[in-house]
Order: sequence, then structure tokens, then C-alpha cells
Amino acid sequence: MKIIVDSEKCEGHNRCYALAPDLIEVDDYGYASAIGDGTVPPEHAEAAQLAVDNCPEYAITIES
Amino acid sequence: MTETDASTSDGLDFAAATTEPVSDWTTDYDIFDPDYVADPFPIWDDLREGCPVAHTDRWQGSWLPTKYDDVVALARMVPELSSTDPIVVKPPSDDTSDPNAYSTVNAPPISSDPPVHTWSRRLILPAFSPKATEAHEPFTRQLCRDLIAGFIDRGSVDAAGEYAQQIPPRVIAHLLGVDPDRADDFVEWVNGVLGAGLSRPEVRQHYRTKIREFFMAEIADRKANPKDDLISELLAAEVDGEPVPDLHVAGTCNLLLVAGIDTTWSSIGAALWHLATHPADRQLLVDDPSKLDNGIEELLRAYAPVTMARVVKEQTEFQGVTFEPGDKILMNFPGANRDPEAFENPDVVDLERQRNRHVAFGVGIHRCAGSNLARLEMQVAIGEFLAAIPEFRLADGAEVTWAGGQVRGPRKLPIVF
Repeated sequence: MKIIVDSEKCEGHNRCYALAPDLIEVDDYGYASAIGDGTVPPEHAEAAQLAVDNCPEYAITIES
Repeated sequence: MTETDASTSDGLDFAAATTEPVSDWTTDYDIFDPDYVADPFPIWDDLREGCPVAHTDRWQGSWLPTKYDDVVALARMVPELSSTDPIVVKPPSDDTSDPNAYSTVNAPPISSDPPVHTWSRRLILPAFSPKATEAHEPFTRQLCRDLIAGFIDRGSVDAAGEYAQQIPPRVIAHLLGVDPDRADDFVEWVNGVLGAGLSRPEVRQHYRTKIREFFMAEIADRKANPKDDLISELLAAEVDGEPVPDLHVAGTCNLLLVAGIDTTWSSIGAALWHLATHPADRQLLVDDPSKLDNGIEELLRAYAPVTMARVVKEQTEFQGVTFEPGDKILMNFPGANRDPEAFENPDVVDLERQRNRHVAFGVGIHRCAGSNLARLEMQVAIGEFLAAIPEFRLADGAEVTWAGGQVRGPRKLPIVF
């Protein structure tokens, strides 16, 4: 399971970073990206789904 | 606009906008109508069912979308829709050779389109990143504690005027590096621009000029004595190897002052209104403060304060209506947040809602640049209030007043505890 942030769509709302800080990092401008290769450990699966479900830009997806 | 305090130090008229009763909301809505200001939700519900993109000729004319998908699509419609004039009622005639002209101190990036928007937004984003914002947390927390200490022994407070309204002016002053003791002035200026000024362009112009003069003096001071503050940072910044013009810096400071104050105090006030009138929700957050982050998101969804406007640049067909160049379109994010097609039971405030793609801060390139700071202020303001005053309710016979039009929030909120 991987979390993917579409950098073209991200507008820096930072909800994913607040909800899944173990999976998402943000740059100095607040734009988000997945940490590492985006692999979601099972214990962070719920946080990953919350990040998806709370992004107003639909910029985040999960690939199983 | 429902400000009841009609007197200002400058003798300008701050009274509520004069409106005629509305009989047909689909063709003749009025954003300053007292019923709309106090409770717009049933009006949006009706429009969403029958006329999802309403129109009015009032206040120089505008369009009002009410569906989530429509509002989001319109917010992304760049460059067909421009942000150069985000207030519905146009500014006074604008002679740009006049140093007092409205456009000489605009408010970039909110009032700009690409390409100016792109670099002017990039200029301020680092100051509002999650990490940069965290640095303001101790100041904000101490401020909230001091304010609460000033009224907690009284057993009653106007939670809008004496608490919510007091927080953002001082946080923004702290961020910009200007005198926090001028908070009362800032409140008056912001009321002049986004309160009374929404319907009275001459009032808006007057306070815009005051704000420009204030920041031009601050800029001159920082040039002589740079400090560790945002004004100095903006002056030190370069875009394509050139310093940023002083008037641009003044415009951006104008934005941070105006947009950073009125909006956030409206959100804090609306959250306190909700908690004063919904004891179970208040108890939920008192019992488990870890639910505050999610709860604040739901309160932002339910009571989103801001409705900026776009202006049409090219004739555009949209959902069966035709926008003509010059038409104003209201970015009705608060209405979008109540759309049943986007949110389950949208009129139920569920502080534990898990799926919440609310658009209180907008979407697309104009997403509120200060959203992290606004969230921090809300979380600290509400968290500290609940920690000190876990039980409170509206005062008996309390007359709660709301401001509205393009920024909605309570202006008088008498509570007892």
C-alpha cells in the first residue's frame, strides 16, 4: 500500500500533514509530498485514508 | 452588514446596510439582508434545489452559486474569472495617479491573477508554513490566557467582542512586527474595510488609505532599522533579482492585516457560539481535548466565514447561465460546505466527522495563505477557553448579532458561566 500526492493538484492546505504526519512531509511553502517512496505501514493505514478523505483538492490517492 | 456600533473615531457611518425586503431569492437576493446575514443556510438550501446559480441586480449585481461542485469549479476557473476585485460593491472611481487611489494599495496575492499572483503568493507562503506557524503558538496561548484571566471572575463575557475579536489583531501584529497595543485601531480599520466598507465604498477607501499610510511608515522605518519580522523579510526579498516595490509590500501587509483579522475572529466567534448553544458538543471537547483538531475542521465547514468575489473576464457559459465580462461571481464556500451532495447530513454539526473536504479556506490557487495560522488560532483560542471555562451558555435574553455579506461571524455574543 502506497500513498501518492499529486504535486500538480496540491495547493498546500496541509490537512494531510496534520492527519498523517508519519506519511506526509511538507516543504517550506507548505506543499506536500509522500515521505520516502510512500509505503504505508499497516498501523498507518487509517491515517492514510483520512489524508485522502480530507484533501479539498483530491490530490491524494492510495495505491494497493 | 449588521454592525450596530454606528460611531467611529473618524465619524464615518458604520450602520447596517439599508436593504429592501427580498421576495424572490433566485433573481433578487441581497447578501446584506438581515435574514441572510443571520441565517443564510435555509436560503442556500432552497436555491440549491431550484436555482443553483442565483442572480441579483442589487449591490451592482452578482451571481451566487450554492452547490459544492459548482463553487469549486468556479474557484478553479482561471483566467476566465479574475481576482482583481474581490469585493462585490466596486471601489470608488480609481485614478491611479492619485496616491490615495484604491488600487495603489491593493492586496496581493488575493487581489491578483497569475503571473503576479504566482510570485506574490510564493513570497508569503514560507511565513505561513506549518513549521513557521508553530512558532506563534506560545504567543497565541499566552495571549488567550491573559484575555481569559481578565474576565473569568466576572462570570460573563461578550465572547465575540472581548475574546474572539481581541486575538487575531495581536497575533497578526506580532507576526508583522507592528505595535500590538494598536489592536483597537486595527479592529476599527478592518471593520472599515470588510465590515461597513463592504456596502460603503467611501468608508472602505478611507480605511484603505489609513492602512496604506500606516504600512508605508512602517516600511520606511524597517528600511532604516531592519528587524526580525515579516515586513523586514518582505523588504529584503528579491523577485527576479529585483527588490519588491514598497507599494506591493504595503499591499501584502494590508492583506495580512485585513484578511488575517476579520476572518479568524469570525471563525473563533462562530465556534464559541456553537459551543454555547450545543452543550453536548462542548462536553465532547472538554472530555477529550484530542478531538479539538477534528472538531475545529467541522466548525470551519459549518460556519465558514468568507465569500470573496471573482470578476468575469470572458463571456462564459456555466450551468445554463451566461456570465458577461464585468459580472461578479460570489465564491460561496460557506454554501458549498452545506451541500448534501458533498457532505452527509450537512446541516448536522458532527465534531467527529471523518470525511471532510470542506472549502472554508477556498480551493485552487487562492487557497487561504494563512490557513495554518487561522487553524492554530482557533485551536488555541477554543482549547484555552474550554480548559478555563468548561461550562458556558448564552446569557438569558442574549441578543447575538452577526456581521455578514462577504465575511460572516458573530459581533456580539453575550455568554455566562
